[in-house]
Formats: sequence, structure tokens, C-alpha cells
Amino acid sequence: MDFPFELLTNAIVAGLLLGCFYAAVTAGVSISFGMLDIVNIAHPAFIILGSYIAYIVNMSFGVDPIVVSVVMLPAFYLLGSAIYQVYYQAFEKRGQESLRGLAFFFGVLFVTEVTLILAFGVDYRYVEAAYIGPSLHLGVIDFPLRMLVPCLAALAMFGVLHLIITRTFIGRAIMAVSQDQLALQLMAVDPIRIKRIAFGISIATTAVAGALLIIIQPVEPSVGREYIGRVFAICVLGGLGSMPGTLIAAMLLGVMESLTATFYGPSWAPAISFGFLLLTLAFRPAGLLGR
Amino acid sequence: MTALLHVNNLSKRFGGFVALDGIELVVEPGERLGLIGPNGSGKSTLVNCICGTERNESGSVHFDGQLLDGLAAHQRTHRGVARSFQLPRPFPSLTLADNLRIPLLYTVHARLGPLRSAGDLDTRCGELLKMVGLENKARHMPRDLTQVEMRKLELARAMAAEPKLLIADESMAGLSHSEIDDILALLVQLNERGITVILIEHIMSAVMSFSQRLAVLVSGKKIADGKPADVVRDPEVVRAYLGQ
Amino acid sequence: MNTAKFSLITFAIGAAVFAYGHWLEIGYLFFAGYVILQFIVLATAWNILGGYCGYVNFGSAAFFALGAYSSVFLHKFYPLPIPALIVISAVVSGVVGLGMGYLTLRLRGAFFAIATLALAVVLQTLIVNWDYVGGSRGAYIIRPETIEIAGFTIGFIEYLFLLMLVLAVLALGTARVIERSQLGFGFATIRDDELAAEASGVPTLRLKLIATTISGAFMGMAGAPFPYYIGYLQPSSAFGLEYAVNSIAMPMIGGTTSWIGPLVGAILLGSLQQIATVTISSAVNLLIVGLLLIAFVIIAPNGLVGLVEGWWRAWRRR
Repeated sequence: MDFPFELLTNAIVAGLLLGCFYAAVTAGVSISFGMLDIVNIAHPAFIILGSYIAYIVNMSFGVDPIVVSVVMLPAFYLLGSAIYQVYYQAFEKRGQESLRGLAFFFGVLFVTEVTLILAFGVDYRYVEAAYIGPSLHLGVIDFPLRMLVPCLAALAMFGVLHLIITRTFIGRAIMAVSQDQLALQLMAVDPIRIKRIAFGISIATTAVAGALLIIIQPVEPSVGREYIGRVFAICVLGGLGSMPGTLIAAMLLGVMESLTATFYGPSWAPAISFGFLLLTLAFRPAGLLGR
Repeated sequence: MTALLHVNNLSKRFGGFVALDGIELVVEPGERLGLIGPNGSGKSTLVNCICGTERNESGSVHFDGQLLDGLAAHQRTHRGVARSFQLPRPFPSLTLADNLRIPLLYTVHARLGPLRSAGDLDTRCGELLKMVGLENKARHMPRDLTQVEMRKLELARAMAAEPKLLIADESMAGLSHSEIDDILALLVQLNERGITVILIEHIMSAVMSFSQRLAVLVSGKKIADGKPADVVRDPEVVRAYLGQ
Repeated sequence: MNTAKFSLITFAIGAAVFAYGHWLEIGYLFFAGYVILQFIVLATAWNILGGYCGYVNFGSAAFFALGAYSSVFLHKFYPLPIPALIVISAVVSGVVGLGMGYLTLRLRGAFFAIATLALAVVLQTLIVNWDYVGGSRGAYIIRPETIEIAGFTIGFIEYLFLLMLVLAVLALGTARVIERSQLGFGFATIRDDELAAEASGVPTLRLKLIATTISGAFMGMAGAPFPYYIGYLQPSSAFGLEYAVNSIAMPMIGGTTSWIGPLVGAILLGSLQQIATVTISSAVNLLIVGLLLIAFVIIAPNGLVGLVEGWWRAWRRR
């Protein structure tokens, strides 16, 4: 039998490219869940929002979606800060985050999805850019630019985030908040302000992730839901709050999904990430590189 | 005589931080042990490991001749280990009386088997509240209590579980002299009825008057263990905790 | 009032509604009534784990669909009367709830919540790929026009209404019994402070598993008659988002601390949605539910029941 080397290699490459994108999608949750302990299951909803904004501007003015997303960063940051403020006042302060906080984010996820359905309908939307279509060929391996460009952009964003977290004062304060809030307070730093900034950054990443998403695949409002499982699976598998872990876990998941889709058909793909998540939660909740 | 509690070479780390390092501790039945040490020395972590709230990485805990390792916290409470939390953790949606009903229903019943009538439970709750001076607030909610009253409730809840070993974790912080005396008298009374008590405190006068034996924990290590009068004169203890 | 009296009164109210609709031949009453009763069961079931224990289940649709697809499977494999299907669905969903709980309830509540989301998607993917029960093409179940019960001939939809009524009474009765029992007490401590509960001797894992099993079982029972109600079952309708949202929104809006909350929430929201779907559109109706959920969760944490209790207390104090 002819071993499908070419198919296998391309599936793996596609998986790695996809994985980098997944890492960008998950980076925000790595911050909000991994470091701030906020279970923002509405994260994918913001990504889809980012996708639709990129779509509108791209359709109306022909601007490149990645450029749109960078311009939208401040707006998404402010949105994130505002949402954290509400979340803190209504839930964290009262110690209600485990039940009502979760319900709140679920409501946000739901309302966002339904609003998008009402505004745009359930048709798939896609953007147009110069790099959607052509592919790079290296030997037998195809690098569709539609995947390669987002992968590179994702890695860039991921790198910037990692630098912010490890090199800047704010970044280190965020890491400190995740480890010991009380100590931070004793050092005259307002942990609430730090968390607000961190959550703002988390949501800001969704602007970029959304633009990348709509480059990679056509988008319709319910696509966000597939990503909930992926995002949390990667987050948990990578070890909460560990950026390098998130990247590795994301690529692993990307490859697994790609292989499954190639050899067993795409209708099984959602089960992979969610199944992975269930297994990880059941057997290794500390993640691959977990502490 | 077999020890009631035997902590054997217990170690616990949080990531890279070593909270407890090879702790050896033996407590005889009926003893009154005082446990002191600076903040962050690992006292509460030790309590957590004994009670099952945290899992120790190495070493073991034997209670009443049985190995506690691997048992869930509620199972250890059933065996007779009870503790009060350093920061009081009452059940906010239950009245004071109901707060005490929980250990009665879930620990004492589990041990004794036959169900008590509702009347019995009420009486017992009333008795316990009276012991800590909270009998007038039986129908109140924990949010109506002062910090001091919450500490007393903590103690009452631990007592409700009818333990063989009671670990009182800083239950006297913030109390007045007379209140401290009340709590001490209560603990001595419990001890006279056969309950072994480990008292974790910073209030040296209370610790000295209460303890038959004193152990000192500094930076996760036990640096002294003996008669109170000897321990407080130990130069290392003075240096690390009591001050010059 | 003891449980037997309570069940009798509730059943009598439902029976009165039934009689009203039957003699006046208002078919719509039964179709709409079935949906509302179904939501009473789902909301009550969700609340046993969510409101009483504090563990959020996002995957209500999974358990509901398990019940529905158990019926579809048996319909093809070995047809049984619906009450038997209900019992089987209870067992299937209950066991799945138990299994999933065992895997994830030792972790924090947040992980459990995420796991329930995962479960819903995994199950949906499995069903979509399982041709025996129709897969993505769906399954047809022809329901008869009428059915004979104890010598009376009634419309099949009226029969389904009665079945769901019995389930609703059962669910409400169970919730009520739990609330007033030692079990309910234990649940409350898990919700309040799990660590302190353990230290007081409450076997938290065991209680959580009990809650998950009961909750899952009831959701499955609510799903068992669904294929007969709807006639044509597709995964997208069985796993529909409205089940997840409503199971959460109804108890949270109604009030999570007692059995009355889910009942109030289900009746109010259920009726609202029946009206909105017919007059506006189903998407807008879901939007309203979502917005109400967010609003109530922020402003009225104890739901409508909590609000009423607050007003009652304030009124008595003046």
C-alpha cells in the first residue's frame, strides 16, 4: 500500500500553521483564565465580533483585515476593561464569580451570537486580501498563504504578549496578581487596576484573533462556539498561565485536528478538541508543563 | 502508650517554595500542645496537611494508629480530627445554629449511626453556642457577627464534630483579655473531658499558660519541641521568633 | 405541607389545565403547555446542581438530547411505550452525568462548567456521525393521532402533555424534598464553602455526584418524549442552544435558592418565549432571554423569588 507521505506531511504542516493561529486565539484566555482566574467563556464571541468588524471594513473600504484589527486594538481594550469593571463590581467583589460570573459570561456569549445573527444572518462571510488564494510550494509541501500569513501574524502577536508579560512593569504586576494579590496590595499596587488592564489586554487580543480567523476560514455567528472547547483545552493542556506551554499545546491540538480531518473527515474535528479537553481535565488538569 | 497523632517526616512544597521540611511531631492522647512560630512559618500549612485540606508530598500522618494519607478531609474529620480555620469560614447562607448542625449531622451521625431527633439536634446546637457565649444569636446569620464572634463560631463548629483532636488555629486573635481567658477555660474544659488540643497562637501568655508542651516552627522547620519553660529560653527560638 | 399534599395540589392544577383544554378542544394549549412543562423539568433539574450546589452546567442540551436519542434508538431497535422510554432515558442520562461528574467534580467548579460544554459538543459530534439514529439527516418518528388510556381515547399530544405534567410534578417534588432534607443542607454547604464543608465532615464529592446524577437523569427524562412531540428530530434541534440558555436563565431569573425559582422562571420565560416566537421571531426571543439573564444576574442575584422575599421582609419591618 502506498503510504500517503505527502498527505501526511501536508496535514502536519497545515496543523502546525493552524496551531499557531490557535495559540493567538488562546493567548487572551491564557491571561484571563490562566492568570486572573476569570472563566471568560465569552472570549470566542469577541473573536467573532473582531471577525465581523474586519469583514465590514474590508468589504466597504478594502482595507487589509490585519490592519483593521490593529486599529481596533484600543477599542477592544476599552471594551475589555469595561466588562471587567462590571464583572468585578457585580461578582468578584461579592464572591459570586463561580456561579453568577459564569452565567454572566454565558449570557454575554449568547447575546453577542444572537445579535450577530440578527444583524448579519447565518450566511458565511469572508474577506478578500492579496494573500488569500496563492500558496507557497516547497517541494511536496504546500504553504497556503491564507494560513501562513495568519500564522506569522499570530506568532508576532504571541511574541509581543510574551514580551509585555515578562519585560514590562505592568506585565510583571499581572504575573504577581496571579500569584499573590495580598502581597501586591501591600506593595501599594492596586490589584483591581492591574486586573482591569490585564483583562483589557486579553480582549484586545481577540481583535487580532478575529481578523486572522476570517482570513483562515469563512465565519458565521455560531463558529465561536467551536472555539470554546479549543481555547480551554489548549489553556488547560498548556498549563494555566504558561505562554510557552500554550504555544506547544496549541500546535499539538492543531496537528491532531488536521490529521483527523484529513484521514477521518472534518465532521469529527470538533470532537477532537473537546474530547482532548475532557481527557485533560479528567487525568492531567495541571497540563503538560503544569506546576 | 501509642501517640494519638504522629506526623512523620512531612514535607510540602508549593511550586518552588518549600512550606514544610521534614516535620516530625508526636502528640499523645490528652495532651495540650502549643504550636508557635512567625507568620509564614508553615503552621497553617501543617494543619492543612494533617486535616487533609492539602496533600503532603512526602512523609505521613498517622492518627489513632491509622494512616491518614489518601483520605479526604471529611473522612479525617469522621476519624476525629477537627480544626478551626485561621480566617473564619462560616457558611454564609445558614444561621449560626444551622452552621453547627452541619458537623452534627455529617460527622457525629456518621460516626454514631442512629439518627437523632430534630429536638436533640437543637438542644446540642444550643449547648455548643452557650459554650462560646453565642446562644442569643442562634438564629442570626454569620454576616451579622463581629470578627470576634465569628472566631468563636469557628471554634464551636470544630467542637460540634466531637473530635478526639481539636486544632485551634489562632482562634484568639483580636479578643480581649477576659475573652481570651474564656476561650482558654473552654479549651481546658474540653481537654479535661479527654480531647487532645493543639493550640496555634501568637498570644504568648495564653500559649504559656495552656500548653503542657511547646513546639516551634520557623520557615517550615521545627526548631524546638519540649517543655514551654525550656523552649522559650532556647536561644534559637528567641532569635527566630521571640526577639531579643 | 408535606410532599404528598404538594404533589397532589400541583397535579390537580395541571389536570385542571388539561381538562380546560380538552373539553374546549384548544390544541395549541397542549403544544405550548408541553414546552413550558418541559422547561419546568429542565430548569428544576439544572437548579439541583446549579442553584443548590453552585456547580454550573452548560451542557443541559447534552443530557436532554441523550434522552431524546435514546428514544429514537429504541424506536428503531425495540419500540416501547413512552413511560418505559422515560425510565430508560433517566438511567442513560443519569449514568452519563455520574461518569462525567466522577471525572471532573474533583476539580474546581469552573472546570466542571467547561467540561459540560465539552460534553455537549462531543455528544453532538458522535450523534451527527451515527447513522443508525439518523445522523445529520435526522430521524422521523410518526406519532399516532390518538391513544387509548384506561378506556379513554385522547389526542396523542394531550397524552404527551400529561406525561410531561407527571414529570414536572416529580421534578418539583424531588427538588422540594431535597431542599428540606439533610442532603439539601449538605448541598448548601458545598455552595457556600466547600473547603469548610469538607472540614465539617460533609462528603462533598459524593454529594456532588448525587446532584449531578439526579440533575442529568431529569434532563434526560425531559428529552425522552421529545422525538414524539416534534416528529422529526435533528441533532441541531435536540442540542439546540435554547436548552442550554433556558436551563440556566430560568432558574437564575426565577431564583436559585428554592424550588419555586425555576418554576416561576420557567412559566414566565417559557410563556414569554411562546408569545415572542409567534409574534416577533425566535432569534429576537432568544436575545431577550439572554439580555434578561445578564440583567438579572447583575442586578437581582437571588432572582424574582429573592426580590419578592426582600420586599416582603422590608414591608414587615416598617
